[in-house]
Amino acid sequence: CPLQAASQRTQPLGPSERGADTTAIMPAVSKGDGMRGLAVFISDIRNCKSKEAEIKRINKELANIRSKFKGDKALDGYSKKKYVCKLLFIFLLGHDIDFGHMEAVNLLSSNKYTEKQIGYLFISVLVNSNSELIRLINNAIKNDLASRNPTFMCLALHCIANVGSREMGEAFAADIPRILVAGDSMDSVKQSAALCLLRLYKASPDLVPMGEWTARVVHLLNDQHMGVVTAAVSLITCLCKKNPDDFKTCISLAVSRLSRIVSSASTDLQDYTYYFVPAPWLSVKLLRLLQCYPPPEDAAVKGRLVECLETVLNKAQEPPKSKKVQHSNAKNAILFETISLIIHYDSEPNLLVRACNQLGQFLQHRETNLRYLALESMCTLASSEFSHEAVKTHIDTVINALKTERDVSVRQRAADLLYAMCDRSNAKQIVSEMLRYLETADYAIREEIVLKVAILAEKYAVDYSWYVDTILNLIRIAGDYVSEEVWYRVLQIVTNRDDVQGYAAKTVFEALQAPACHENMVKVGGYILGEFGNLIAGDPRSSPPVQFSLLHSKFHLCSVATRALLLSTYIKFINLFPETKATIQGVLRAGSQLRNADVELQQRAVEYLTLSSVASTDVLATVLEEMPPFPERESSILAKLKRKKGPGAGSALDDGRRDPSSNDINGGVEPTPSTVSTPSPSADLLGLRAAPPPAAPPAPASAGNLLVDVFDGPAAQPSLGPTPEEAFLRFVCKNNGVLFENQLLQIGVKSEFRQNLGRMYLFYGNKTSVQFQNFSPTVVHPGDLQTHILSGVAQPPGSSLVDGGAQVQQVLNIECLRDFLTPPLLSVRFRYGGAPQSLTLKLPVTINKFFQPTEMAAQDFFQRWKQLSLPQQEAQKIFKANHPMDAEVTKAKLLGFGSALLDNVDPNPENFVGAGIIQTKALQVGCLLRLEPNAQAQMYRLTLRTSKEPVSRHLCELLAQQF
Amino acid sequence: IRFILIQNRWYMQFDDDEKQKLIEEVHAVVTVRDAKHTNFVEFRNFKIIYRRYAGLYFCICVDVNDNNLAYLEAIHNFVEVLNEYFHNVCELDLVFNFYKVYTVVDEMFLAGEIRETSQTKVLKQLLMLQSLE
Repeated sequence: CPLQAASQRTQPLGPSERGADTTAIMPAVSKGDGMRGLAVFISDIRNCKSKEAEIKRINKELANIRSKFKGDKALDGYSKKKYVCKLLFIFLLGHDIDFGHMEAVNLLSSNKYTEKQIGYLFISVLVNSNSELIRLINNAIKNDLASRNPTFMCLALHCIANVGSREMGEAFAADIPRILVAGDSMDSVKQSAALCLLRLYKASPDLVPMGEWTARVVHLLNDQHMGVVTAAVSLITCLCKKNPDDFKTCISLAVSRLSRIVSSASTDLQDYTYYFVPAPWLSVKLLRLLQCYPPPEDAAVKGRLVECLETVLNKAQEPPKSKKVQHSNAKNAILFETISLIIHYDSEPNLLVRACNQLGQFLQHRETNLRYLALESMCTLASSEFSHEAVKTHIDTVINALKTERDVSVRQRAADLLYAMCDRSNAKQIVSEMLRYLETADYAIREEIVLKVAILAEKYAVDYSWYVDTILNLIRIAGDYVSEEVWYRVLQIVTNRDDVQGYAAKTVFEALQAPACHENMVKVGGYILGEFGNLIAGDPRSSPPVQFSLLHSKFHLCSVATRALLLSTYIKFINLFPETKATIQGVLRAGSQLRNADVELQQRAVEYLTLSSVASTDVLATVLEEMPPFPERESSILAKLKRKKGPGAGSALDDGRRDPSSNDINGGVEPTPSTVSTPSPSADLLGLRAAPPPAAPPAPASAGNLLVDVFDGPAAQPSLGPTPEEAFLRFVCKNNGVLFENQLLQIGVKSEFRQNLGRMYLFYGNKTSVQFQNFSPTVVHPGDLQTHILSGVAQPPGSSLVDGGAQVQQVLNIECLRDFLTPPLLSVRFRYGGAPQSLTLKLPVTINKFFQPTEMAAQDFFQRWKQLSLPQQEAQKIFKANHPMDAEVTKAKLLGFGSALLDNVDPNPENFVGAGIIQTKALQVGCLLRLEPNAQAQMYRLTLRTSKEPVSRHLCELLAQQF
Repeated sequence: IRFILIQNRWYMQFDDDEKQKLIEEVHAVVTVRDAKHTNFVEFRNFKIIYRRYAGLYFCICVDVNDNNLAYLEAIHNFVEVLNEYFHNVCELDLVFNFYKVYTVVDEMFLAGEIRETSQTKVLKQLLMLQSLE
């Protein structure tokens, strides 16, 4: 809190070199006109020794102000201003204010600037959508806008711009363009009007219709007053994104304005020169405006622009006019924006290479900021065919940055750049450097590095043995960070390429001989040996019994999922190596398998044992045949990386045009013709050529694919990350993922549900380098839920400390006793650097988790549908699509939701029909659902019928939020 | 600009709890950094550009593709104006005159955009307003 006492409160903030002589206790009083009562109050608050004392003092003041406002004596403007200002201060300290709004509104109609200002400030900070007040506020604003007093007009415009509500938009969106282009408006009013309009347009574009004024706004680029131009460029940049043709004329105006600034001497622009740099902010804004358009068509305009860009690049080479960092920052702000424009055009090889050389110089600059920005900017240059080679020449510097930079964000940029500059010629070097870096890399970026290495290894593999080695190295070095997508992928590729299968079998066999190997290695090893163990069985050192005992030696240390996978390997062994049959049957028959408490393991053991006993060799050979090749589609890893980084990430890789003729590995992973199962025209494992542009929703996964569905919706909107509520909703149709993440902590969830039982694994990762203390996650059931869900909470093992970079796990056993509506809450408390932290999240346990899908024929479906025809048994919702309407995605979501999907039931093939039973201990609830998309209207109609009324409504609400 | 922290101005809709959370999170990421670090931090889907003066951090939250150095210098330009306006500004000036600091912010930044960059023009306007009753 900036208001807490500390010794440096009177220290000058020191942008200048003037001496520090200010030690006054109440500087405001000595300096300003001030409100003495306010200064005394603030001073009192600051002298409070404890939070309690502060609250006491505030309550006293609130009582005082309340009595003044209520008193019969009419308050004069000064007092009103003073008390409203005190209320504002109290609010800014973090206390609720529930009165005084009326007095603030009264101040708006004062004729005195200072009173009006406090009134407007209060309104703009304590936005209150009290409808009565809004009318009064709008009325006051209307008067001020019409007052012809520029000071009052600006106050009113600033209030609208700061509040930006729809109500204000409705009231004023029509007036503001008029004020903006009126011939007699003062410059300062124009500046405020332009930005006020921008805010309203961003909030509610429908309220700001384009019109005759738009042409005149463009001409503000020519305005004499640079401040007006500065404000107008922002407005035009915003408007032209949605209406590019209406604003096309801005290109030539922007170019000539830019040209005048860039070619002016360092003192020409006087007020607008900042540390010898002419109008840096305006230049940056103009360069950004030009990035909304392709290169100018008019040759003269284009020539002039190229001249500007060259001038900026030339100036970067001139000796600095000042040693101050402000000078170089301002100059380089323009330079980086110029480079962005050059990259945006991507048509001037000469400029692209010059930009690259310039950035190359910055890579070794002593300013960390510049090194960071150069790495970042070079990343985009790497994807241009004209500058890709030039970027590659800096590989050693970048590798060095990865090893030596102190700031993790700089190392991260270096890793990004290495990824972007990677091609066939340097892939081995880059991958090996990244692997080396991974051994010491920060917790926060390990998973991303793992993904990048996996992608590069796949994309640029010249031979697949290198690829297999690289992935196994990843598992060895950072097994915890190797996600399912990565190790599924290596299995897919090995399955699809018969030339690498023998090598893969040999390598995993060797890797498994390490005394301690990561569980992911056991998974990969188990799968590959189960498929291709026969390819190395000729060598007595890896004979079938040796392979089996090696795998089985890991069995008892592994999780249920891995053990389940190994049981499948064993039954495959029985087919591959009949000589192991007796041993393996012995293992399956053991009580620890046949009577295993885990249903999955028990079921596998029982079924595999029976299968091996009753089936003939031929039947076994058919059932346990080698897995068919996987259908080709976009790499799940690449999709995961894109999702991690948001839209636009990995653009370097998506960019097929860089090297269209090369036949590198992304095209080389083509399955041999005999093994093609799902022919795809481009047969491009990474989906590079066929990949949609990064902003478009990724291609849907085909249901039933081995890969988990990593496409759970379109790219994130540019909001401030998913809110806990959004994260919670994402889990309605899936069981695994990240539930919560901030700068300190990440909480991951893996869960599985069967019948009315569930098990949830919670993973708490400490993202910092500092230990968390008193770490205590607890699960509570609000209200009546306690009786509905039972969960045995196992605390994370060990003490309540979580080391920096470490992860702890918690397991919840869940039993659904009866139907419920409210999810349990997870409350996490810990201390970080002495400060207590706490958060409460909804656990992603919703009633649909206990769904059991039910297949049925059309006739049965309609019969049951009719049986559930009581009005309270049905819930229906009609809603707008929030995501692109893709049938495959919808199917995946419905399956994830838990119901069976019934084909050939609905006469309209566009519709989806599903059925299932919700299993609780007390009762079962049959559910039927129907989803009718209307692509034209971008709407859905969802209907649910269940035997229990609240369940219908609840399911309907949960599901409706998924599309 | 999505928001400015020092004299807090918000250019996106957040409710009060969310604002408090953002302030705490930004505080947590910025204060652990040292002088050798960059003045930029990725933050959720945005980035924070910050600059430290004495014990105070001036923070601006912008979109990821916004110009880092331009906003870094916009902060400094703002601080120089404060320094001139309050004659050698210190943190107490900002506390006791919080309502005037808002005026300075609004002169220089509005609706999440840079409104005016000329120190001369801003100070002239501020002095004119100061002279009004």
